Parts: sequence; structure tokens; C-alpha cells
Amino acid sequence: MFRIIRARLRQGHRTVDYPRQVPPLPDRFRGRPAVDAAKCPADCRACVQACPAGAIQHTGRRLAIDLGRCLFCGQCEGKCGHGAIRFTNEYRLAARGRDDLRVMDSEARLAQALDRQMQRLFGRSLKLRQVSAGGCSACEADVNVLGTLVYDLGRFGIQFVASPRHADGVLVTGPITANMRLALSKTYAAIPAPKLVIAAGACAIAGGPYAGHAETNSGVGDLLPVDLYIPGCPPHPLTLLDGLLRLLGRIAD
Amino acid sequence: MGGTTTVPLRNPGVVPLAALPLLPVEAFRRAVIEAVGAGGRLVVLFGTPARDGRVRLIAILGGDRDGTLTALSAEVTDSYPALTPECAQAHRFEREIAEQWGVRPEGHPWLKPVRFHPPYRGVDVWGRDPSAAIPPAVTGHFRLDGEDVHEVAVGPVHAGIIEPGHFRFQCLGETVHHLEITLGYQHRGVERALVEGPAARRMPMIETLAGDTTVGHALAHCELVEALNGVEAPLRAQAIRGISLELERLANHTGDLGALANDVAFLPTAAYCGRLRGDLLNLTALLCGNRFGRGLLCPGGVMFDLDADRVAELDRRLEKTAAEVANAVELLWTTSSVLARFEETGVVSAATARELGLVGVAARACGLERDVRFDYASGIYRFAQVPVSSWPSGDVFARAYVRWLEVQRSVAFVRGQLATLPAGEVRAGGGEAAGAAPGRLALALCEGWRGEVCHVAVTDGDGQIVRYKVVDPSFQNWPGLAMAMRGEQISNFPLCNKSFNLSYCGHDL
Repeated sequence: MFRIIRARLRQGHRTVDYPRQVPPLPDRFRGRPAVDAAKCPADCRACVQACPAGAIQHTGRRLAIDLGRCLFCGQCEGKCGHGAIRFTNEYRLAARGRDDLRVMDSEARLAQALDRQMQRLFGRSLKLRQVSAGGCSACEADVNVLGTLVYDLGRFGIQFVASPRHADGVLVTGPITANMRLALSKTYAAIPAPKLVIAAGACAIAGGPYAGHAETNSGVGDLLPVDLYIPGCPPHPLTLLDGLLRLLGRIAD
Repeated sequence: MGGTTTVPLRNPGVVPLAALPLLPVEAFRRAVIEAVGAGGRLVVLFGTPARDGRVRLIAILGGDRDGTLTALSAEVTDSYPALTPECAQAHRFEREIAEQWGVRPEGHPWLKPVRFHPPYRGVDVWGRDPSAAIPPAVTGHFRLDGEDVHEVAVGPVHAGIIEPGHFRFQCLGETVHHLEITLGYQHRGVERALVEGPAARRMPMIETLAGDTTVGHALAHCELVEALNGVEAPLRAQAIRGISLELERLANHTGDLGALANDVAFLPTAAYCGRLRGDLLNLTALLCGNRFGRGLLCPGGVMFDLDADRVAELDRRLEKTAAEVANAVELLWTTSSVLARFEETGVVSAATARELGLVGVAARACGLERDVRFDYASGIYRFAQVPVSSWPSGDVFARAYVRWLEVQRSVAFVRGQLATLPAGEVRAGGGEAAGAAPGRLALALCEGWRGEVCHVAVTDGDGQIVRYKVVDPSFQNWPGLAMAMRGEQISNFPLCNKSFNLSYCGHDL
């Protein structure tokens, strides 16, 4: 017993006071890419060719990265010798609309809060069911991290529950394998309306490295109506938390 | 094994296909069964397309005790006498061959699909309608008969934040007499896409084969590609790879020890280890920016170097975190309520582990001294050896305690490497060069945190990879969990399951 109390004292208080305080991210963390098409030499498509996920479009003078497809692997930045693409430390990436995930020269359009009625329903209590449909367990792991004492998701009123009947929405990971399609649809159908769909990670948004495989649906697509997209491979726990809180109108800036 | 029935391989190793003995099926069968009967282990058995619509079966055998690897092969058309009745280690491999290539292992006692996908070349062992979808887990399941017997079916979607799979328990009262595990829900078509898909996609697919084993699979893949291209990563890169592989082990083992504590409702260790696992993942992020090590390894070396400041920072944080892990984990071994739940729960005997060919923590927790880092050392492990950690009792306690022993040894290894990091480059040229050696069989093994990760490639006459085979340790170890549950209370399933903590997508590919 004394041993347990001694350990308790030693382990200390570790919960991060997010969003008031943002814990430091590693200097090599690859968050939102900043693009500057003005630096692109004519006819250079090195980044487009380097991208394993087909996330980069370069048409004429416009350079755009689709964060929904981006694996944040940094290949494009490495292959671009002109500084046109640079990954920043910005972890805030979640968006409400699929088109909002396209990064060009313009400002980022972060997730907007739900409408007033939905905020009233879910703003202080959101129960989610998680379904992994081909997820590699990295997205799942970093969603799980939100439940640790570091993030303590419960203090925001957000909780992952064991039954879709108890849930207000579903958080989907993975490219939606053919073999999980039915189970995902049934889970969604079992959630009482109104309900939310959150696509977390490159696979769930657009198939990730498995886009175009006959064995997958290349992400949620139009299988379910998505309310929140959280990019990343996998999304950093802070990216997930920021997205969830923005959706609920708990962060606005 | 005579010299003409098999060809020796190294790890990583390459042999010309021309030197790979092509035996009559019966001789192939006998050679494998006898080698396994004499204490050998079936590392992999897989099919690859051969001329005239035939399929070449290739087996790689491991002699763990003396660190030898040998390969042999045979060609089959549409069926051959199964190995499984005399060699349990072939069970899932033969089901996989049947599912992928439509080759029937005659006499296989439990010939069911493994992943529920259409066959690769249109020939279907089960005669399913090629135009109809193949529903997962719709197949015969083993059933116990009797008035009071009941069946509990769980999944594919589970109660937590976890991957999907289907479990069927045959119970009499609380006692589980049989557990059948049916997977395939996570099948993403990786093996085929590694051959047919764009080359730029290979590394991201390898890194997400089993997301918690990003470094393990990336390391096996890189060593395989380097062996095919005749390139060796610089020593400094090998050391950084070793550091990242052990950091991956540290994070996962620490997380598992916390989760095991959680499953027996011992919350102090559960809470602390949940946090500490994240701190360890952050050490990997200090190396490369990604908590899972994505983007760190590449054929030819690593993408990120460490300067003196980063080495010092890594060492400082690891020392602090390791002390806190010790503080959290040691509570387990001095708390009688924890030990009472861990000890003699989910026992797998050494004989069963040997017969099934279990690998990694699951095998070492049955007293089997089996560790790629020691038996088939490659890369930095040729110079810096990690002692093999084992425990003989085969129960949940053993699987927890082996993890704890390995945590301590991995910490010592990483700190040792940081102190003596070799100078030099971190990338060799030519690692990614197209046109690897033509007509080759290549193998690379690596001890991921769960156990042996095996990658095999076959190249054609132009040096293009025409077959890529992946064996995640989970493929070998899922049957171990089923055996651990025999005679157990069904309420012990979560604890037993967590003590193995196997990958679904690593199995389903």
C-alpha cells in the first residue's frame, strides 16, 4: 500500500491543460504543409512524382496539397529543391468539408462548430463509437491516447462507448475494407439520430496508401455523411483533440 | 537434411532461384515434416506463380538453435497432399496458399479461408461464385455438441478502440472448451499491391502493415531490398535503426503492461503506463517527427541523422522515462491481487508453443529461447547483442514478465548505442535502385516487438519483384491465444487476449 502511494507521489500530475496550454511538439513534427508555388521552376513536378499518395496537384501556377490524402511522410519536401513545400509544426488540421482540406497559398479553413441545435445536444456530452475498418492500429492507438491521463478526454464530456446504441456518432479509421463495409454500415444504422461521423486519418478520409485497392472503399467516401475530417497518418493526439473540440464549439479562434 | 534438398540462406539473404532445390512434392513434404520434427521451425511456406499455370511452393526452415536458415521448393498444379496433418505449423500457411492460388492441400483438416478475398488467379478451392462478394467469416465453425453447451460469438466490432475480428467460444458453463478465431476483416490487399502497385506506395504500405510495428516491418523490408540490390546501410544508420526498433518495443511493451494492469483493475500501473507509453512514442518522434517512426527508414539507411544535442536529449529523456516505467511496473510484481490474476492464467505449454511455431514474446514466455536478434542477428545486432529474455511458466504472468525483462534490456541497448553511435553517413546510394538481381529469392527477418517479422521476395528475369510475402508474428501467434483459452474461464479472455496483444491487420495484410 505504501509502495503504491509512494509511486503515486512520484508519478505526479501529468494532465495537460489543453487548450489553455499546448504541450511542445517535437521539432521534426510534420504538421500543416506551407506551399509557395511562386518558388516552383517551370515544369518542375518533383513533388508530384515523389508523393506516394497522389496528394499533390500542380497545375500551371497553382500548387495544392490535399491533406485528406497526405501521409505527412515528407517525401515532397525532401525532393523539392526549391523550398516550395515546407512542413510546419502546425498540428491544427481538422476540417468540416472535404474541400477545406486542400492546402494552397491561402489561409487554412479549420473546422467550424456544429450548428446551435447540435451544439446544444452534444456540446457538453458526446459519446462516440469507434470502428476500425482496415485501420493499421496507429490511428486507433492515438485515439486511445486521448483516454490516458495526459489528455483525459472525459473532462470535456467526450467518451468512447461500447455500444452504438449508446453513441451520438461514430469515429471511423481505416480505408474501409470490403470485409468491414457491412459491419460499419450496421454500426452506423444502430446509432440513434441525430448522429455524427468523424473520419480520422488518411485512410478513412481517402484510402491512404490503400486508395484504389479493390479490397477497400478508398475511405468513407459517400458511404456515410462525414461531419469532421481529421488528417494525418496517424493524426497526432493533439490534432484529434483540437478537431473534436472545434466541432463542439469548445475552441474558437 | 541433405545438401541437395535445401539451400542455405542468411539473414538477410539472397539465393538465385536456379539454386533453390525444386523437389518432387512428396520429397518436399517429407523434408519439411522431418526438419520440423527434428526441432526446426517453419518460418514461412508460400506459393508463387510458376510456368504453365503451376504454383511453386517455397518453404523456409529455421534451425533456431544453430542459427541456420534453409529454403526448398516444389511445384504443384491444383492440389498436393497437405503437410498440416503431420506438421501443425503449416496449418495457416496451407489455408493461405489455398485461398490465394486455388491449390488444394488434400487432407487438410480445417481447410477454410484465412482472409476472405477472391483468389489471385481465378481458381477457387471452395467453388464460390466469382461474381458474388465473399462475406467474411461466413464459413463452418468448430462446434461442441451437448445439451448445456453454449456458443458465445464476439465481433467483428469490439467494445473498445481496437481492430475487428470474430471470436467464437464453445463453452460449458463458464469454461471455454474451444475458441475459434476468424479474421480477414482488415484485408487490404497488401501483398498484391506491393508487387503491382506504384513503387512510391511501397514504403507507406510497409509502414502500415501493422501500424504499431512500423519500424519492425520497415526494417525487414529495407534489409530485403538492400540484399537484393547488393547494398548495405552505413553502420550509423544500422545503429539508428536498432535504436528505433527498441524504442518501438519499449513503447508497446510499456503500453501492454499498463493494459494488463487495467484488465485486472489495478489502476495505478494502468494509468502511469498509459502516459509513459506516449512519452516513449515521443522519443521516436524526436528522431523523425512521427510517433510511430514513419518516414524514418528507407532502403539504404535512414532519413534522419542525430546530432550530439539530439543524442544527449534522447538519452536524458530515456533515462528519466525508464526510471518512471520501472517505478510503475514494479508495482505489479509486489501486488498480490495482480499476481493472483496473472499466475496460472492462460497457460500455453512449451510443447504446444513448439508445435504451433509460436514466435516472439509468446514463445519466450513458454521458455523457448527464440529471438531473431540473437538467432539470426542482422544489422547492428551483429555487433551489439541483446540477451534473450524468457520465462518458463507460459501464463499471463510470463508474457507480462518477459515484456518487463525486455524493457530493461532495450533501455540498456538504446543507451549503449547512443553512447557509442558510429560516425559516418546515414544513407548509402543505390538502396532504391531499380532492377534488383534477377531470378532471386530474398529473405529478411527482424525481431519486431511481438516477434519474428518475415519478408520474402521473388524476382523475375528482369529483376522485378513478382511475389512479396509478409509474415507478421501475429499470423503465427493467433493460434497460441486460442490454445491459451482452452479450459479457461470465459471472463479471462480479455486478460489472455491482452497478454498476446496480436495484430489484426498484420495477420490480414
